[in-house]
Amino acid sequence: MNPTLLLWIPLLPLIAAVLAGLFGKLIGRTGAAAVTIAGVAASCVLACVVMKQLLIDGVPSFNGAVYQWLVSDGINMQIGFLVDRLTALMMVVVTFVSLCVHVYTMGYMHDDPGYQRFFSYISLFTFSMLMLVMSNNFLQLFFGWEAVGVVSYLLIGFWYTRPSAIFANMKAFLVNRVGDFGFLLGIAGVLYFTGSLDYEVAFKAAPQIAGESLTLFPGHAWSALTVICICLFIGAMGKSAQVPLHVWLPDSMEGPTPISALIHAATMVTAGIFMVARMSPLFEYSDVALSFVLVIGATTALFMGFLGVINNDIKRVVAYSTLSQLGYMTVALGASAYSVAIFHLMTHAFFKALLFLAAGAVIVAMHHEQDMRKMGGLRKRMPVTYWTSLIGALALIGTPFFSGFYSKDALIEAVHESQRPGAGYAWFCVLAGVFFTALYTFRMIFMTFHGKSRLDHHAEEHFHDVHWDMKAPLVALAIPSLLIGYLAIGPLLFGDFFGTAIVVQEKNDVVAEIGHEFHGPISFAMHALMTPPFWLALAGVLAAWFFVLKRPDLAALAQLRFNWLYRLLVNKYYFDWFNENVIARASRLLGSALWRGGDRALIDGVLIDGSAHGIGRLAGVMRRMQSGFLYSYAFWMIVGLVLLLGWFLLGL
Amino acid sequence: MITLGHMLGLSAVLFALSVAGIFINRKNLLLLLMCVELLLLAANFNFVAFSRYLGQIDGQVFVFFILTVAAAESAIGLAILVVLFRERSSINVEELNKLSG
Repeated sequence: MNPTLLLWIPLLPLIAAVLAGLFGKLIGRTGAAAVTIAGVAASCVLACVVMKQLLIDGVPSFNGAVYQWLVSDGINMQIGFLVDRLTALMMVVVTFVSLCVHVYTMGYMHDDPGYQRFFSYISLFTFSMLMLVMSNNFLQLFFGWEAVGVVSYLLIGFWYTRPSAIFANMKAFLVNRVGDFGFLLGIAGVLYFTGSLDYEVAFKAAPQIAGESLTLFPGHAWSALTVICICLFIGAMGKSAQVPLHVWLPDSMEGPTPISALIHAATMVTAGIFMVARMSPLFEYSDVALSFVLVIGATTALFMGFLGVINNDIKRVVAYSTLSQLGYMTVALGASAYSVAIFHLMTHAFFKALLFLAAGAVIVAMHHEQDMRKMGGLRKRMPVTYWTSLIGALALIGTPFFSGFYSKDALIEAVHESQRPGAGYAWFCVLAGVFFTALYTFRMIFMTFHGKSRLDHHAEEHFHDVHWDMKAPLVALAIPSLLIGYLAIGPLLFGDFFGTAIVVQEKNDVVAEIGHEFHGPISFAMHALMTPPFWLALAGVLAAWFFVLKRPDLAALAQLRFNWLYRLLVNKYYFDWFNENVIARASRLLGSALWRGGDRALIDGVLIDGSAHGIGRLAGVMRRMQSGFLYSYAFWMIVGLVLLLGWFLLGL
Repeated sequence: MITLGHMLGLSAVLFALSVAGIFINRKNLLLLLMCVELLLLAANFNFVAFSRYLGQIDGQVFVFFILTVAAAESAIGLAILVVLFRERSSINVEELNKLSG
């Protein structure tokens, strides 16, 4: 494969971002949109070319450096690409969703003064994400990891005059710092044990690191690989918003909707999933780390789904759904079904971006109203948005033949097959999650598009369906949401698509177990009609229909009856409360204690002011001895003389 | 019989009186000068006493020198005193603290 071709894929969006960002005034609004869309479109085409070369022409995967940054103490720091089919898949998904979002942005941000800035940011994001997925070493991975974090920060706070947006972007950044700290420790661990940042070296050394042990606390020796993997996964928990580092993702909805679709649903938040899948040669050797991954993922999948049920903000419902689906992917990783996780990542990227963009279209049509209680009956007035988001919703809940069905059903089967500690809990969580996914998704669909119109006067007055620049991306995303699962499940999960990119030990290979019973996508879907997930999803849809359309009074009654539960959910399990009142307050108290005690009292008070005051006081005493009176001088002279003579004569 | 001890005792008493006069006296600069004279006389007394005790004339020669110096010194001291009085209209020792830092 030609490295120049690969180099152009991330560079084109970067060039476009620089042009739109620095010369935005010069090239104007249309120019900025044109140059960034052209950049990301070209990059998408090139990514497809790479995919074709790998899949059809059978070109071997590329692994090599394109630029050497520096060599320090034998550690080689370079920019390099590892492009195998896993990377190529991610590249196509990232550039395709990004392209859709770019086009959609033209309509969504139409009357925003920060038009060029926005385009510059999303192109910069595409560049960063591509650097992350294409990397062949930990350093570049970390660069991409941080760069997407920065762009996410910039975009959540895009409307920087809103205090809530600034709060949200600070929160996202700080929570991610916690994760990144773990990630950095993990990378440091890899470097310590292998002496290299290169993936290939680290993966080869995995069995040998697994034998080493680390003593973090005296008397407790850990497998070094377990420590490294858990540290790396803590990074993934921050980026992919897993409990307890998930708190930033719902708040990130303060950013413009295209961003919620691109960064906080389809691509960036899946970086953690991608990273763990990429590190599968390391994770495979640590059952403890994988059990940890499994339990965290299962908890996120179920408990974040609950929160979607009670939210009334259309974007937040989709955001909690994203959290829950990320939990599903993490569960798949924990069950060693890496290919299933990547498969679900891909299908999720399409249908979740679709749902977000549809929600954005509704918000624009409603003149920036996000409360679902003030919507209703939009089915007739926004037909394209309705049908596309229905496709997205059906895919999300796992209706047979839709893309989400294949990935989610394979995922549940894989967890069922897994023998790892925690798999039973995870299986329960993902199954129960299916019901709640269907419940909140269709609650959203019914509240928004069905029933009577609850539009208030203002929204009614300004209501207008969106233009085709916003509808076209919806259609473009609806097609893969519908078809990609059917097409991709065979080769992706049971074929040899990933090759050596994903390593699974034979005893953990749950995907192969499912593969024994796989006889084509149609029979897979038919079989699902007899399994619990399908019926749970159906029950969820019916429950949503019953409580939203048929008997809304019952929902209100349930809310009153289970007030304690409702309060727990409204307060998001008190995570935010805990973070603000315990962690943030404790840090502030510690900080002010150190400031008062350490800085002001010890350093300023004792060392600096103290020494000055001490000398001043000494001088004050000394000064008083210089009274100016002759008799006192004479007295001291005699005292001195007596002492001297006494010493001299008595020999003291 | 008057011994060396008696003379040295007298001399010590004179010396102690003059020292006490120097720093107990807080009022009059003139008294200060007189005490200095007394101090020198106490020293002279020692010289004379030892000269007699040892039977050597050298000590008495020293006394003449010291007396001369003392006279010169009191002349200068009195001159300074006069100037000081003109300057400050006072010879009160308590007010003379120009040396203080």
